[in-house]
Amino acid sequence: MPSTVLPSISKIEQTCDVRDLGRVGYGEAFRLQRTLVERRKRGEIADQLVFVEHPHVVTMGRNGHQENVLASPEMLERAGIEFHSTDRGGDVTYHGPGQIVGYPIFDLRQWKRDVVAYVRGIEQVLIDSLGEFGIRATRVAGATGVWTPEGKIAAIGVHISRWVTSHGFALNVDTDLNYFRYIVPCGLFKPVTSMRALGSNAAREQVIVALERNFGRVFSRAILSRTTEPLQL
Amino acid sequence: MIDVVMPQMGESIVEGTLTKWLKKPGDHVERDEPLFEISTDKVDTEIPSPAAGTLNEIVVEEGKTVGINTVVGRISDGASSGAAAPAVQESAPAPAPAPAPASQAPPPPAPQAAPEPVATVVEETAGPLSPLVRKMARENDIDLAKVKGTGAGGRITKQDLEAYMAARLQPPAPQAPPPVAAPPPQPPPQQMVPAQQPVYIPQPATAAPQTAPQTAPQTAMTYGEMPGVRVEPMSIMRQKIAEHMVFSKRTSAHVTTVHKVDMTRIAKLREKLKGQFQAQYGTSLTFLPFVLRAATAALRQYPIVNASVDGTNIIYHRDINIGIAVALENGLIVPVIRNADEKNVVGLQRAIADLAARARSRQLRPDEVQGGTFSITNFGSFGSVFATPVINQPQVAILGVGSVEKEPVVVDDAIAIRSMCYLALTFDHRLIDGALADQFTGKVKSVLESWAEEVL
Repeated sequence: MPSTVLPSISKIEQTCDVRDLGRVGYGEAFRLQRTLVERRKRGEIADQLVFVEHPHVVTMGRNGHQENVLASPEMLERAGIEFHSTDRGGDVTYHGPGQIVGYPIFDLRQWKRDVVAYVRGIEQVLIDSLGEFGIRATRVAGATGVWTPEGKIAAIGVHISRWVTSHGFALNVDTDLNYFRYIVPCGLFKPVTSMRALGSNAAREQVIVALERNFGRVFSRAILSRTTEPLQL
Repeated sequence: MIDVVMPQMGESIVEGTLTKWLKKPGDHVERDEPLFEISTDKVDTEIPSPAAGTLNEIVVEEGKTVGINTVVGRISDGASSGAAAPAVQESAPAPAPAPAPASQAPPPPAPQAAPEPVATVVEETAGPLSPLVRKMARENDIDLAKVKGTGAGGRITKQDLEAYMAARLQPPAPQAPPPVAAPPPQPPPQQMVPAQQPVYIPQPATAAPQTAPQTAPQTAMTYGEMPGVRVEPMSIMRQKIAEHMVFSKRTSAHVTTVHKVDMTRIAKLREKLKGQFQAQYGTSLTFLPFVLRAATAALRQYPIVNASVDGTNIIYHRDINIGIAVALENGLIVPVIRNADEKNVVGLQRAIADLAARARSRQLRPDEVQGGTFSITNFGSFGSVFATPVINQPQVAILGVGSVEKEPVVVDDAIAIRSMCYLALTFDHRLIDGALADQFTGKVKSVLESWAEEVL
C-alpha cells in the first residue's frame, strides 16, 4: 500500500560537502574557490559549500562602478581595509568580521541550468534561515539580495563557468555596519542591516546550521558536514 | 563563418549584458575556451567559444544588453573545410557533423544531451532550444524539425510546441501517438483548445531578435473588426491562470470523487465558540480550518496524495504544505500554509485569514505562493454545493469544500436535520486510484464527523 511508503525528500542523489573554514583572507579564499571550481568541473569532487569570514575587505564586481567606492585607496588602507577587484556579478560590497560569507561551488547541470533560478534559490535559503531566527526577510524586485524593512541584510554575487558556480552570498550576522560607509553597497543608496541590529543574538554556528539545512532543502542536496575534516586539495 | 550568439542562461531570461570580451578580433580561440562574459541579474558567466577558429568580428560591444540568440560575434573556421552552413536553415538536418556539441534532433533518450551552457551555433535545426522545450518535445514525442519556431531568430518556444500539439490533435493523426491507449474515437477531451483556429502560423524566417519572444499567438485577428464586440487584452495574471489551467488539464488524468460529510458536530462547536473566537483572535471562525486539519491527518496517512509526478518517478514530499485558493477581484491565487500539519485549528484559521487578507492586498511574498504539496478550494463560501476543481500542478490532488447546509438526513431510521457538506476530491489518476482516493476522502470525513477536540 502506498501508505506504507516512507515519505522521502525528493531526489536526493546529489551530495554537498559543507565546511566552515572560519577567518580566511579574501585572496586566499579566492584561490581556494578557483581550485574547487576546477576540480568540480573535472568531476573529482562533489558540490561544495564553503563558509568563511573575511577580514575587512571591499570588493568590486565585474559590473562595478569605481564611484561607488566612496573612500580613496589611501583612506581604505588607513582604515585597514583591503581592496580587490573580482569576477563575480554585482557592484561593490564590503566583507568583514561578523559576516557569514558562503561560497557554493555547485554544478548547476546537476540541478537546473538556470542562473536566475540559482540566485532565487540562494535568496530562498537566506529568507528561510532568517525566518528561523524570527527575522522576516524578503526579496525586492530588481534588487537581488535579501532585504528587511530596515535594509539589506544579505548580498549576492555569483560567477559561473561551465555551469559551475563560485562566489555566493554574504549575510550580516553581527557585522559592524559602520564599515559600509566606505561604499555604496551594490550601487544602491539603501541602508544595510544585520541580524544583531534586528535584535537577534544568534551565534554564527547556529546560523550556519540553519543555512546548511536550507541549502540541502532548496537545492535537493544531501548535506555532508565536513567541518572537522581538513580540506584536501 | 560561425555565429556566436547570446546564450539563454535560464528559462525566464530574455536578454543578457555582454560585460567583457576575453578575445580581440584576430585572436585565435580554441573550442570551449572562454570567449566572452555576460551578466544577468548579479550573475557573471564565462561563455566558451562554440568552435575553434579566429574571432573575426565583434558585433556586440562590451556593456551592451541584447536579446538572447542575438549574434554577438563571428568566428571564422579557417582550419576546416568551408562546409559551414549559412545562417538559419529550416529543417534540414545539419549536413556536416556540427562543430558545436549541441545535439539538436530530438532523440528520445539522452536526457543530458543538452548543449554546454552557452553559445550555440545558429546553423542547427531551428535555433537553440530551452530545456523546457526539449523536455516537452521528448515527453510528447514531437519531431522538432516539423515545428515552426516563432521566437527570436526562428527559435522554437513553448507556445510553438503547444500550438503544434493542439494542431496535431485536429486532423486524423499522422501516426499513432505513443500515449498508452490508441486514440479514442470521440474527439479528445481537451475542449480547452479552441478547435477552429489555425493554431500555428508559419512566419517568414526573418531575423527578428530584440523583441521579447513571448508574443501571444496571433489568432483572433478578425474579432476587432466585428461589430458588438470589445477587445480587451488579458491581464498577466489572467494569462498565467489560463496557461496553468490548460497545462494542468493536459498533464493530469483528472477524476473527481465526492463524499457527503455530516458537519453537525463541527457546526455546533463552531456555534459555541464563534463569539469568543472573534473576540480573542479578531477573525471569524469558519469551517475551513477544520477541513484543513482533517485533510492533514489524511495526508499523513496517505502520503501519495501529498506527492508529485516527475517523469516515471513519484516524488514524496516530507512536508505537508497546503495551498488555499483565494478568489481575487479579477483572478485567483493560491498561497501556501507551510507545515500545515503542525498547526491547530486556531493557527490554521489565523494563517488562512492572514494569507487571504494579504493576497487581496497583493502583499504576498513570492515564496508564500510556492512549494504547495496539496490544495484546498472553498467554493462553498460562494454557495456552490459541489464542483470539480482543477489540480494545482505539480500536485496530484485538490479538495473542494462545498457549502454547509442543513438537510433532512436518515439517521437510525429516523429523519433528522443535520448540517451536511459535500467534499469533492479531484485526484490525478496517473498516480492515485479511485480506491485510495476514497480511502483518503473517507479519512477526512471520519475525522470531521467524529471531531473530538473541544479545544481548538
